Amino acid sequence: MQEFPGLIWDPRLWQIVGLSLQVSLAAVAIASLIGLPLGAAIAVGRFPGRRSLTVILNALMGLPPVVVGLLVYLLLSRAGPLGSLGLLFTPRAMVVAQTLLILPIIAALSRQAVEDAWREYEEQLRSLGAHGLGAALTILWDIRFSLLTVVLAGLGRAAAEVGAVMIVGGNIDGVTRVMTTAIALETSKGDLPLALGLGVVLIAIVLALNAGAFLVKEAAQRRSG
Amino acid sequence: MILPLKLEGVSFLDIIRPLSLEIGAGPSTIILGANGAGKSVLMRLMHGLLAPTTGALRWQGGEPGRRQAMVFQKPVMLRRSALDNIRYAVRLAGARDGDALAAAALDEVGLRHVAHRPARVLSGGEQQRLALARAWALHPEILFLDEPTASLDPSATREIEAVIRAFDTSGTKIVMATHNLGQARRLGDEVIYLHQGRVLERAPAEEFFVRPASAEAAAFIKGELPWV
Repeated sequence: MQEFPGLIWDPRLWQIVGLSLQVSLAAVAIASLIGLPLGAAIAVGRFPGRRSLTVILNALMGLPPVVVGLLVYLLLSRAGPLGSLGLLFTPRAMVVAQTLLILPIIAALSRQAVEDAWREYEEQLRSLGAHGLGAALTILWDIRFSLLTVVLAGLGRAAAEVGAVMIVGGNIDGVTRVMTTAIALETSKGDLPLALGLGVVLIAIVLALNAGAFLVKEAAQRRSG
Repeated sequence: MILPLKLEGVSFLDIIRPLSLEIGAGPSTIILGANGAGKSVLMRLMHGLLAPTTGALRWQGGEPGRRQAMVFQKPVMLRRSALDNIRYAVRLAGARDGDALAAAALDEVGLRHVAHRPARVLSGGEQQRLALARAWALHPEILFLDEPTASLDPSATREIEAVIRAFDTSGTKIVMATHNLGQARRLGDEVIYLHQGRVLERAPAEEFFVRPASAEAAAFIKGELPWV
């Protein structure tokens, strides 16, 4: 345990932390870009299969990370359909896996949020002549502060999971090792201080991101009501 | 010109019984009736938010598009500035020169000083005036108002009524649902009295209040008088 304070100055630690953030933030950005409009479209749209789609999306929120990892592994492995891209065991493969993992979370939660808002806005927006995608985007923008929580839920899931990045990244030292895979490895090696130190850093980062987002949300909400 | 609007045998579930009406340009029309008489549903049918169960609505000028507007009892404002709320409506209507239209509309309702304030933090009365400004910017030929002052205090109500009068003066046809008899007297040129989904009476306002033709309307006027 006495090694713990010295750990803070270890550049390898910060390389691992940096990669974790890069991978998870990239996955959240991509999943939000797709998931938020997708959720809004399902909330506002009236098309056959809408209810089944909602149920499936909700169920996919509980997708086990190792299963997503396995699917992406099969997809990206040499013999797989996307094997020629050579992405397996790279950070990009980890981004792909985490994106798939959190896309349903962001889409399903934003669908619910937009649907709740739509009840309040529908008559007014239709009266003004807004419909379809335009109305969906208007609502997305109007409930942007609530959607921040949706995005944070996705980020939390991405930062915390180990199964998917372990399988498609391979936990290669200096290349695809992130905080969660490092914690798993160090624990199994018996280096508990290092594992514990990484765990503390991981929790601190997640807490800091959430606190930052909360403050931004509060300030913005005060300005625009 | 999109007026007159003709309703031919229009019904909606069992809320509005099949009725035929013609709403022409000119004098303002007040739709009076007790709660549950079908006033709001009739307004929504005419505005196009609800599709009639039977019958048809015909606008003289074909598709009314944005030549008609509606103001609701509780306006929904977008989470952006007052000015941007009007700009949004103007943009949807496809009008050019939206900034000038929006600024002029805010002036009209006396809200220029809150133009850059978030619309959602305005008071109830100010939000309703903003809703009227949003309609004003579109220069509609006909304006539907569904109990626009039902949740406002007397002074906010006076301000709203002043704006409604300005619409009337500018040539916009006013169709307003209310159960406030005082307001109906102040703003109405003619009254359509609705009872259980049926039009029981349609008469010039002064005639309706002095000599209602139906027993139901007479009882309604009597019952409501204490609150005028």
